[in-house]
Amino acid sequence: MREYRDNEAVDFAIVGTGAGGGTLACRLAEAGFSVVGLDAGPWWRPLEDFASDELHQHKLYWTGERICDGADALQLGANNSGRSVGGSTVHFAMVSLRFRPEWFKSKSQLGYGADWPVDWREMWDYYGEVEQALKISGPVNYPWGPKRPRYPYRAHELNAAALVLANGARKVGIQWAPTPLATISAPRGLSHPCVYRGFCVVGCATNAKQSALITWIPRAVAAGAEIRDLAMVGRIETDAKTGLVTGVHYHREGRWRFQRARNVVVAGYAIETPRLLLNSADLRHPDGLANSSGLVGRNLMVQANQAVYGTMEEEIRWYKGPPSLAITEHWNYQDQDKDFFGGYCFMSDGPLPLIFAGIVSGERGLWGTALREEMAKYNHQAALKLVGEVLPDERNTVTLTDETDELGLKIPRVTFSYGDNDKRLIRHAQQRMHECLAAGGARDLWDQNNDTCHLHGTARMGDDPRTSVVDGNCRSWDIPNLWICDGSVFPTVGGVNPSLTIQAIACRTADRIRALAAAGEL
Amino acid sequence: MSEQYPGYDVLAKRRTPSWNEKTRQVIDERLALSREPRYLSQEEWLVLEAICDRIVPQPRTRPPVPLAAMVDTKLFENRGDGYRDYRLPPLREAWQRGLHAIDAEARRRHNVGFAALDTAEQDALLRAVQEGALCDGGWDGMPPTIFFAKRLLPDIATLYYAHPTAWNEIGFGGPASPRGYVRMDFDRRDPWEAAEAKPGREVDAARENARAG
Repeated sequence: MREYRDNEAVDFAIVGTGAGGGTLACRLAEAGFSVVGLDAGPWWRPLEDFASDELHQHKLYWTGERICDGADALQLGANNSGRSVGGSTVHFAMVSLRFRPEWFKSKSQLGYGADWPVDWREMWDYYGEVEQALKISGPVNYPWGPKRPRYPYRAHELNAAALVLANGARKVGIQWAPTPLATISAPRGLSHPCVYRGFCVVGCATNAKQSALITWIPRAVAAGAEIRDLAMVGRIETDAKTGLVTGVHYHREGRWRFQRARNVVVAGYAIETPRLLLNSADLRHPDGLANSSGLVGRNLMVQANQAVYGTMEEEIRWYKGPPSLAITEHWNYQDQDKDFFGGYCFMSDGPLPLIFAGIVSGERGLWGTALREEMAKYNHQAALKLVGEVLPDERNTVTLTDETDELGLKIPRVTFSYGDNDKRLIRHAQQRMHECLAAGGARDLWDQNNDTCHLHGTARMGDDPRTSVVDGNCRSWDIPNLWICDGSVFPTVGGVNPSLTIQAIACRTADRIRALAAAGEL
Repeated sequence: MSEQYPGYDVLAKRRTPSWNEKTRQVIDERLALSREPRYLSQEEWLVLEAICDRIVPQPRTRPPVPLAAMVDTKLFENRGDGYRDYRLPPLREAWQRGLHAIDAEARRRHNVGFAALDTAEQDALLRAVQEGALCDGGWDGMPPTIFFAKRLLPDIATLYYAHPTAWNEIGFGGPASPRGYVRMDFDRRDPWEAAEAKPGREVDAARENARAG
């Protein structure tokens, strides 16, 4: 790996190496820029470092303290966090979906949310690029949305948990499909096909999962980028005269260091990104960097992640295979009979014992013999899990507390409450999931009401500096050599998992940066 | 509860292709956990042990999962979750304050500590914590219901199901790298998975489980 000195000003210092930063590091390095990608987490070697064990694999999560409040205080630190080279893609569920085209203009075309300053047809090409880069396994014909190229690899076989969804969907008369997944169904380079061990959401120990760690990062390194692990960036420095950023202060091996850079990209996901921008406040930028709009840390969006569980006569053993092998996007594309804006999909699910015990105890308050009896039904459980669109709301925020972490950096406060529209969407989805799961043969249904997934929106992109933090190129309006490239820039979230869109935006950003550089506008 | 997966033991797979070296190391450490407190005081530990016995009552027919030690280890290592409800103090403080408050409530109600109560009294007291029906609902600003719902119950329940003994109990396949699984359809199991005892077929299941590896 090529390495850069701290005092050598690189073209791009990228903070975070997940779906946003890892992808961008690769594409910028391949375009000939000098790149250092810094990540707070370690650079894992999954074959040697990953155990088949939920508790041990918590090491993939961001477990630094955050204070959560609001009417629907979030639970963080697991599915919606990541502290590794490769970010949360190291433990994501691999669900790789495209937005519905209208969502990029939901304000003008569907009447809610905000428009993206990008065109869906352009995104369609970048989706195609990412699907090829990750060799997504998916069905020959995908039932929803405009025509798309065939998925590079064949769809995975369905486990019993997915067949419950398929059977239920057929009976209630909605379409379903094998889920497009970023785990390979045939060999690829050094990766073997997925062996269906089922520990996907705590890290793939066989490298079948096409995470940023084993796709974009090796490509980035081959193209000359340096990936610096265990490097926590605490502050971005700006020049007092010009106001431009000059590099990043980062903590590594017990001391603070400073990497000089001509451009800085923040890609720390929707909590650490605003935290870093706010923690970088200086005399010239007293409210934090890139924050003249006051929108850094505002419009935090999650996705609704409620679930319905039930017991089947048959043995399901949902611990086998990727957790979400079947999906219906019916309610992303069908707008009739909705009393809310936005859309949702739902998928089959297969939580491992520790997570499931957390749901059974946390959601239903079961303990004692009741807890053990409920858990004894483990191998007969089936579930449908929602990914639902939550609307942007300026009152949902990431701000700073006065408490500091072990490095002396202020820790974030995360404030979240569902709006009325969100609640209507959840109610609608839970009814439909109940119908589908019951039609699939499950009985004794019960709801999980408290789960959310994915984080977005705290540095939104837009056409107007007064109502957005970055432009359509992910460049901050206020400071021309400061960029943001992760889920934070999403103006809206749609009803699908965001990783494919984050990676597509990163690819587009790399191409835009190359075009700006060629035009002398960098 | 009768044994649902008679004779099934995930540890029998320790030397099979279902366990990689890292998994063996991690589970060995968990099984070797000391059953003495490393973080809590002896007094706090006794209350915690009694609570764990009621949150997950364990059968006496097998060695118990050392639940209190697993919770104490979490505190010893100060293993945070990555977030904290605004109504709760940090991990260690929440647990210590909660244990003291539960013990104090027992003394207020029965004039003896929580560990000395009979199981029915312990259950009633824990239910009062869960439902917020306590003599002293203050707990220095930490709401008992939130402590129970967000700290006490999920911490104990999830740690129990992180132990191989609990995996045996529910017929979970356990570690599975690199071998993974082959048979994914309804009512199908690989030979290295647990066989469920259907009524009248307990002996068959036990025989299958003796071979599961």
